[in-house]
Amino acid sequence: MSIISTQTVAHIADLANIPITSSEEETLAAGFTTTMGVVDQLSTINTTGVEPTHQVTGLENILRDDVVDTDRMFSQKQAIANAKRTHVGYIVVDQLIGQ
Amino acid sequence: MSYTPVVGIEIHVELKTKSKMFCGCVNDPFGAQKPNIYTCPVCLGMPGGLPVANKTAIEWTIKVGQALGCEIALFSKFDRKHYFYPDLPKGYQISQYDQPLCVNGLVKTEFGDVRITRVHLEEDTGKLIHQDLNGQKVSLVDFNRSGVPLVEIVTEPDIKSPEMAKAYAKKIRQIIKYLDVSLADMEKGSMRLEANISVQTEEEKQSEQLPAYKVEVKNLNSFRYIERAIAYEVKRQGDVRDGNTLPTQETRGWNESKNQTFAQRSKESAEDYRYFPDPDIPPLLFTQSYIDSIKDTLPLLPDQVIATWVAKGMKESEAQILSEDRANVLLVDELFQKSSDALKIVTQLVNKKIMLSSNVDDIIAQSKVLTQTNSVDERELEKVIDEVLTENAKAVNDYKAGKTQVIGFLLGMVKRKLGNIDTVVLKEALIKKLS
Amino acid sequence: MLRTLTLKSYLDKVKSKEISPSDVVKEVADAIETINPDLNIFLARNPKAFEQSEERAKLPLSGAPIAVKDNFLTVGMITTASSKVLEHFNPPYESTVTKNLSTAGGVIIGKTNMDAWAHGSSTETSDFGVTKNPRNPEYLPGGSSGGNAAAVAADLCIAAIGSETAGSIRQPSSWCGTVGLKPTYGRASRAGVVAMGSSLDSPGPMGKTVEDCAILFEHIVGHDPYDGTTSSQPVPKLTDALTKGVKGMRIGIVYLDHKDLSGTRTAKAVEAAGKIFEQEGASVDVISLSTQLEKGKILSPDAAIGVYTVVQRSEVSSNLARYDGVRFGEDRSHFGAEAKRRMMLGTFTLSKGYADKYYVKALQVRSLYIQNFAELFEMYDILISASSPGFAQKLGATADNPMFGELEDMLMEPSSISGLPGISLPMHYDAKTNLYLGLSIVAPQWHEERVVAAAQVFEENTKWNSWRNL
Repeated sequence: MSIISTQTVAHIADLANIPITSSEEETLAAGFTTTMGVVDQLSTINTTGVEPTHQVTGLENILRDDVVDTDRMFSQKQAIANAKRTHVGYIVVDQLIGQ
Repeated sequence: MSYTPVVGIEIHVELKTKSKMFCGCVNDPFGAQKPNIYTCPVCLGMPGGLPVANKTAIEWTIKVGQALGCEIALFSKFDRKHYFYPDLPKGYQISQYDQPLCVNGLVKTEFGDVRITRVHLEEDTGKLIHQDLNGQKVSLVDFNRSGVPLVEIVTEPDIKSPEMAKAYAKKIRQIIKYLDVSLADMEKGSMRLEANISVQTEEEKQSEQLPAYKVEVKNLNSFRYIERAIAYEVKRQGDVRDGNTLPTQETRGWNESKNQTFAQRSKESAEDYRYFPDPDIPPLLFTQSYIDSIKDTLPLLPDQVIATWVAKGMKESEAQILSEDRANVLLVDELFQKSSDALKIVTQLVNKKIMLSSNVDDIIAQSKVLTQTNSVDERELEKVIDEVLTENAKAVNDYKAGKTQVIGFLLGMVKRKLGNIDTVVLKEALIKKLS
Repeated sequence: MLRTLTLKSYLDKVKSKEISPSDVVKEVADAIETINPDLNIFLARNPKAFEQSEERAKLPLSGAPIAVKDNFLTVGMITTASSKVLEHFNPPYESTVTKNLSTAGGVIIGKTNMDAWAHGSSTETSDFGVTKNPRNPEYLPGGSSGGNAAAVAADLCIAAIGSETAGSIRQPSSWCGTVGLKPTYGRASRAGVVAMGSSLDSPGPMGKTVEDCAILFEHIVGHDPYDGTTSSQPVPKLTDALTKGVKGMRIGIVYLDHKDLSGTRTAKAVEAAGKIFEQEGASVDVISLSTQLEKGKILSPDAAIGVYTVVQRSEVSSNLARYDGVRFGEDRSHFGAEAKRRMMLGTFTLSKGYADKYYVKALQVRSLYIQNFAELFEMYDILISASSPGFAQKLGATADNPMFGELEDMLMEPSSISGLPGISLPMHYDAKTNLYLGLSIVAPQWHEERVVAAAQVFEENTKWNSWRNL
């Protein structure tokens, strides 16, 4: 059974860009451990020589021709309509440290 | 201590397809008059947006790989590469991880061979402009460039000097332009360069051991900067190694005004991109005949063009010059078709006796004129000039009295006798005679 | 009452001019006003439903009011996927499925509640409150398309459109005593649907009868150039399958000997269903369970839970990375607890050092399930079992149970991870609680017609469907 530590939880939260409090770290670690217990059952199944299935449809080579599709393109107004902060057509974010 | 530079280069090339990599938006980020006018649910990372791959972009990437001597994979796929940044709308970039379209190529430069590790296809990110807005430091985000098809060309660390790096980069640019798949304009960002630089001690070199670190230098957007940045880094890293430590593994930028690299962010812990095959994009399976059919559409590449021309009798130096630009290659090929004097005309072009034109007939005509004028024998010319000066004594006296414009009249008189000849040569000869 | 009409009856009566679409819409709308505050089924309403229903009266779906799960992007109606992150999100484009619906003449009456981001089997993880089961409001409706199943059960729509990743159409249909059809993965377009498990998500119809689902199916599925995982397989005329019957069909009953089902009332109901099919001319076998791949046996669904957990959470951790509050929505601190859990677990199972152990392993076990079904489908035409191990559970049942969803959906997970089509329809009723059990019928990829043929036979020959006897 994999025991997930709070350090692991903190690292994952960082990777996943999810803000969590230190109390949440505890609950999450416990929940993960339960879940990973279920997941660990997978190791009891023999999969030697078995190919992983990424795609159940069996589809291949689904490509589009190089043409412009104006039907789906947004106007500038539509593109930024749901953004909280905009400025002369740009979407605005706080500058990250180190720019 | 003396060190050997060990440099690998990553080049990103924006393909000039009409539409973006995974959607039908207009692909023209540099030409867009306003920000965020070429977006859609897919390249803006909206909920429910799904990618569908651009066929032409894939074919052009295969072409690039073939032009660089790569093996083309018969099975390939797109993978999601995860990291968070405001210019990456989905929180992942669709790229290729372990099964890229092309591997194991080779590019020859005058300084040596450069092995190509891989050529793969991915999507570009949006653009950030950093500025102050109402007293706050912000970044303005423009997604016009998000989703543009990007070819990434990665080399082995075979590059041994700044000059070789520049030669390699120039060669790649030339090949890309030959294929006509990108504008490859480093100033406008359709070709971007990164270098992974380290320096090798004599010992490491003997035992064929790569140094245990590398420094990534980004945003080198001209050939000059590439050379300088590598030279700078080689010196800087050499100095660090002299102190018996390894340079920090990190990413550095290039400061043009100071001619220096500077630290950006540390790479002590390698990023965890959590690659996995993109479930929205079924895999790519090619037949060998399909791959071969793409190869058939490749134009002759610079080296091949030079070889062909030299075989036709052209001087290698002339071939080098004229093969720089693909537009000229087409011209010269047409010239060979249309004129039996092609070799002569080529020399005239190279010596700038006649001017390049986009029209082959025009070039041939210019050459005819030149040839006719040049066919005048020197002694013949002298004889005719003497005749004209004798017959036009008044004009000669006027010229000697200071009315130099009379030379035009005398030129005309010579031409009447000899036909159309090189005015420059004639004028020189006349003036000589008159003084 | 007009709103208790099935879709089929509605269409017949509108075409014969016996009723007008707007009368039905008005009745439904009025009922929603009264009922919704308590049951919390609808999150948003279509302000144009009334006039649209009249405009579309002559189209194939004749302006029928359809409930749509709130993970389908609909222009003009806020779309939230039941998450605070999208609380104010105004979609700038329409999902292909709802576009197809509208083109065919359907009218969206409103957007229904769901487990936030489709993460669950109860609708209790919605950021906007739980939906109550209309059959018995002390109970959960199931999920994640819980709002839809409830809307159908409460006659607050004529039919509904939901989506299933592993059980999300079939399980709430089972708990609410309604019908839900999960098409083959790749049948219906995911373009414009808030992505959860990209290799699993299957939009599909939910309704009062098997026929209603078959009708709706024909109008919403089909190849979409905006979704590279949709198949070019021709869309079957599913309504033709309604009269096919089950004569000669080879039917296998599965999972009866699973420790959670063995000897239960649910198992008995499934056995009874088997008898019905036998009476109607099918041959019925009971297939025993095995924990490893074995010819002639059904692979136990226990490992499918692990597969589903890993695959779904890995894909969703990736699919939810775009919600950063920059271009739309709120920032990531607005994610609810379940969403955070799932994203983080998925990030873990994809992370360096663990991806091979978990993600790749899960996909290998997935292959085994696919193989198991393929082998069984050489011997059988369809497989039947229970959609859910039991009746709907009480409100609050999901608390402190991070694996609630996966365990509840256990019986659906094998067919979901294999991309197979399946249906759930009522197969048993408890008078004391007014709650139902659901029968699951599963067929090979692209064979929805077998599912419908068998389901129709069962519905016609039993009394479980609460609209048949109206």
